[in-house]
Amino acid sequence: MKTLWLMILGRLGLGLATLLAISVIIFSAIEMLPGDLAQEILGQSATPETVAAFRSELGLDRPALERYLDWAGGIATGDFGTSMASRRPISELIAARISNTLFLALYAAAISVPLALVLGLLAALYRNSVFDRLANVTALSSVSLPEFFLGYILIFVLAQSGLFPAVADVTAEMPLGDRLYAAFLPALTLTLVVTAHMMRMTRAAIINLLASPYIEMARLKGVPRGRVILCHALPNALAPIINVVAVNMAYLVTGVVVVEVVFVYPGLGQLLVDSVAKRDVSVVQAASLIFAAAYVLLNLAADVLATVSNPRLVHAR
Amino acid sequence: MTASILPLSAARGLRSAPFTARFGMAVIALYVAVALCAPLIAPYGETEIVDAEFMPWSAEYLLGTDNLGRDMLSRIIYGARNTVGIAVATTVLAFLAGAALGILAALRGGWVDQLLSRLVDVLMAIPSLIFKLLLLTIFGTSVLSVVLIIALVDSTRVFRLARAVSMNIVVMDYIEAARLRGDGTWRLITREILPNAAAPLAAEFGLRFCFVFLAISALSFLGLGIQPPTADWGSMVRDNASLISFGDITPLIPATAIALLTIGVNFVVDWMLHRASGLKD
Amino acid sequence: MARHMKHHADPTRRALLGSMAAAGGLAALGWPGGARAAAPSRGGHVRYGVRGGSTTDSLDPGTYSHAFVRTMGYAFCNTLVEIDGNNRLQPELLEFWEGSKGAASWVFRLRPGITFHDGKALTADDVIATVQHHVRPGSTSGARALMTAIKGMERLDDLTVRFTLEAGNADFPAIFSDYRMMVMPARDGVADFASGIGTGGYVLKNFEPGVRASLERNPNYWRADRAFFDSVDILAMSDATSRQNALLTGAIDVMDQADLKTVHMLKRKSGIEVASTTGGLHYTYAMNAELAPYDNMDLRLALKYGVDREALLQKVLRGYGSLGNDHPVAPTMAYYAADIEQRAYDPDRARHHLKKAGLDNVSLSLSVTDGLYQGAVDGVTLYREQLAPVGIDLEIARVPTDGFWTDTWMKKPFVAGIWGTRATADMILSAAYESTAAWNESFWREPRFDALLKAARTELDESRRAELYRDMQVMIRDEGAAVIPLFADNVFALSDRIGHPEAMSGAWELDGGRSIERWWIKA
Repeated sequence: MKTLWLMILGRLGLGLATLLAISVIIFSAIEMLPGDLAQEILGQSATPETVAAFRSELGLDRPALERYLDWAGGIATGDFGTSMASRRPISELIAARISNTLFLALYAAAISVPLALVLGLLAALYRNSVFDRLANVTALSSVSLPEFFLGYILIFVLAQSGLFPAVADVTAEMPLGDRLYAAFLPALTLTLVVTAHMMRMTRAAIINLLASPYIEMARLKGVPRGRVILCHALPNALAPIINVVAVNMAYLVTGVVVVEVVFVYPGLGQLLVDSVAKRDVSVVQAASLIFAAAYVLLNLAADVLATVSNPRLVHAR
Repeated sequence: MTASILPLSAARGLRSAPFTARFGMAVIALYVAVALCAPLIAPYGETEIVDAEFMPWSAEYLLGTDNLGRDMLSRIIYGARNTVGIAVATTVLAFLAGAALGILAALRGGWVDQLLSRLVDVLMAIPSLIFKLLLLTIFGTSVLSVVLIIALVDSTRVFRLARAVSMNIVVMDYIEAARLRGDGTWRLITREILPNAAAPLAAEFGLRFCFVFLAISALSFLGLGIQPPTADWGSMVRDNASLISFGDITPLIPATAIALLTIGVNFVVDWMLHRASGLKD
Repeated sequence: MARHMKHHADPTRRALLGSMAAAGGLAALGWPGGARAAAPSRGGHVRYGVRGGSTTDSLDPGTYSHAFVRTMGYAFCNTLVEIDGNNRLQPELLEFWEGSKGAASWVFRLRPGITFHDGKALTADDVIATVQHHVRPGSTSGARALMTAIKGMERLDDLTVRFTLEAGNADFPAIFSDYRMMVMPARDGVADFASGIGTGGYVLKNFEPGVRASLERNPNYWRADRAFFDSVDILAMSDATSRQNALLTGAIDVMDQADLKTVHMLKRKSGIEVASTTGGLHYTYAMNAELAPYDNMDLRLALKYGVDREALLQKVLRGYGSLGNDHPVAPTMAYYAADIEQRAYDPDRARHHLKKAGLDNVSLSLSVTDGLYQGAVDGVTLYREQLAPVGIDLEIARVPTDGFWTDTWMKKPFVAGIWGTRATADMILSAAYESTAAWNESFWREPRFDALLKAARTELDESRRAELYRDMQVMIRDEGAAVIPLFADNVFALSDRIGHPEAMSGAWELDGGRSIERWWIKA
């Protein structure tokens, strides 16, 4: 167990280094984009004088390195700073949206993970049956449709008939039940997007093990097919499954901007895209770091779970 | 087991292939044929404006015309060439770079592994859509940069998989033996590791391939993607998507073209996996 | 002269200045005067779905640039001058304006008894602080360039301000109808935008940039004939299909900018009204007249004769607009010269000009971006096909919307552009065609034109003035470096439970941006 804790500590340290590297990359990428905040905010009505005035007001005329160090200094003391565009504290901008983003991610995960695992197990159990083929074709078709299009189809079918709302503009005061109802369509869209990947990996990981001698052995002993898969194959297939679940969970947190736009859902993705478009560097940095941290933590969790699920890895030689 | 999914033996096993695999191969063959012969099959030109906008299905325009009055069927046919071409180029590039580096990292270990793995960690932790948006805005949206940028982002995923799979292989005795025999790195990769890592990589290929269409489509939703007037299915879905709100199925046509190919490719992949697993049933 | 230029809030007196001709002229005189079948009723909650909102929006009117902030701003603020449903200028917060000294000196008098939402009375100080916010040294306002002519401001009494201009401009009051000229309260002489307080018909209760704005009726509103809804939510919805779905499912009552691709189907839905207004919104393909080959007048003519405006109107705007004639003065504007011959698609003539330019076949690249306007890229795609028979190979350079205004517009030699409605011909001509204009997108510098423009600003003889404007339109049409194929309508949709006046302003989307205080829920 001690090695496990050491591993977690080591990984957290590496995670911090990763975040630092990302902040440098994002900062330089924004610097490389055409135009700066002053120009992007003024847009077509920019003139050289107003742009210059804007720049000096925001301190954009200082060297890039100086601005980066300023920002990093703030972060080190726990101060995210204020948005240069809207002049609001970044912590305030992000606070509401991060809970929305996590809510939607959890909502979609709560539906999709059990669904994918059950479908994957059943497909492996009844492989090459009609059920297996049907599940695969459905999953592959839904994953072939772009997210926004899946959203439009669901709105056409489920919202135009009045069953669910087409707009998921959740607010902080909403009771949980209303929230679940309002966000049902975006959650369902995301479920359709991520289920196929997890289901197919579950199916593949289990089928991959079915030819192993120990499974053969269990079969010969007369263990029923379902039991073989659940008790003998699944525990050994957990590592790749956990991994793909983690990847998809990370996607649900970080990659859902298109779904947010289609359903007018106020999440972090939209904030990030807007801030990139306006070159609001400190907001982009804050949002990217949150996403990156989520990614690092989910990966760590996956590795810890995979290790715990495999005694050979806990008691490494 | 090692050679079972290489093309030659796969062809030999074709006769034993299940229905789904044959179906998949037929779809792929059809798409390749359409892509290669597009100018011969298409009734009209790719960008030619033939009539008024949104003409219904008719003998003249089998699938009607699009919002600018271009023949939908011709756009779909040319779209096969552009879309499949771009997707193949991107995925192959991502796999070449990702798999080569992943295997190399596993084989060499040490600082090479550390350097590559940490770099990939950083790249993967940046949300991919945002990363693509940033890069495309910086480098422009030519077909070449779309291909290169999506391939770069995808190759990080392939790297991780290839490295993980190879890690399990490089500790095997036969690799040790090959090393003692004095085999070079290249020979080790192509002769020993690649054949054994091919199955999971192929499974990943099936889905990655279709994610390229989706990435292009998502980018065109955000105003980037393939340059017009080039026909590509992802952008065609985007251009016509709003029609679905009124129950008009036009956007389903390019979407079905994508879905069919995805299903076909993955059926073939499933069959390869099945053969590689050594299962008899 | 002073008498000529005096303009009162009194609706019985005709506006002499800068009035845009009413489209059709049949519409009710003023509003809500005239016999209407159903009088507007009060009450109710309404939800709007409007494009453009971004998490980076602020309440500083100097940064306003899109439909969301415009719609929100006009709901909680007023401007000094408004554009009415018939596209005429009317005093809003002003009681009257009066020009003298060759239109170089202007007196603005405020209506008495108007208060801000916090109870503070509206005075001349607020007007001065508001203007100062845009013109002060170090101003970051997008409206700064509109007001470079202001030399001085003077507070005459509590309700009166005098502006002194560098040179005469008979259309000066029109500037104050701009959506960035929202009147803000002065705090210690500085305009306070951050508090979100105005004099408007609605009080801003909550503003989450890029998400929503919530407004409640201002019980002390100074106008009795406006602001009928009890409360309004404006949702930021950037995707046209989402807005449309929201309207179809009743999640919103009003959407701006209908998706033109499907508007014919939306129209057939029961319970939904598709409405459109005409204004000066127009699209340009602007060349850089200083760079080869665009410095050649014949090449420019080849490009002007090579565009099939009818096809663009039909396929890009689905008929919601009118043909452009390569000059920016709209048919709805005063001094539009209707007798100038409409330029039509003529590939032979285009080829003739191309030859004359010494070019047989030429490859050009036109930069455009999706986010510019609906169908922007489609329009260029069509243009490419239309130019093919002329012998011009047009490459479509689609660039990201992000960075378009900084990196592409006025940087690349041939770029697609868009111009919103200006209240007067002078405003658009001096914004984009005067040699010294900051936004002279076609880099066309013609001293003869500048002289005409300057003369027209102070010409008081109406027929002479019209003649000057006609000469300018002909000059831009024939010599200018911009192809102006289309004027576009604002097309929007609403639930049929919403009532609106028959005459709606085409200045901006949704009744000139002022629908929240002008529309009502049908009883």
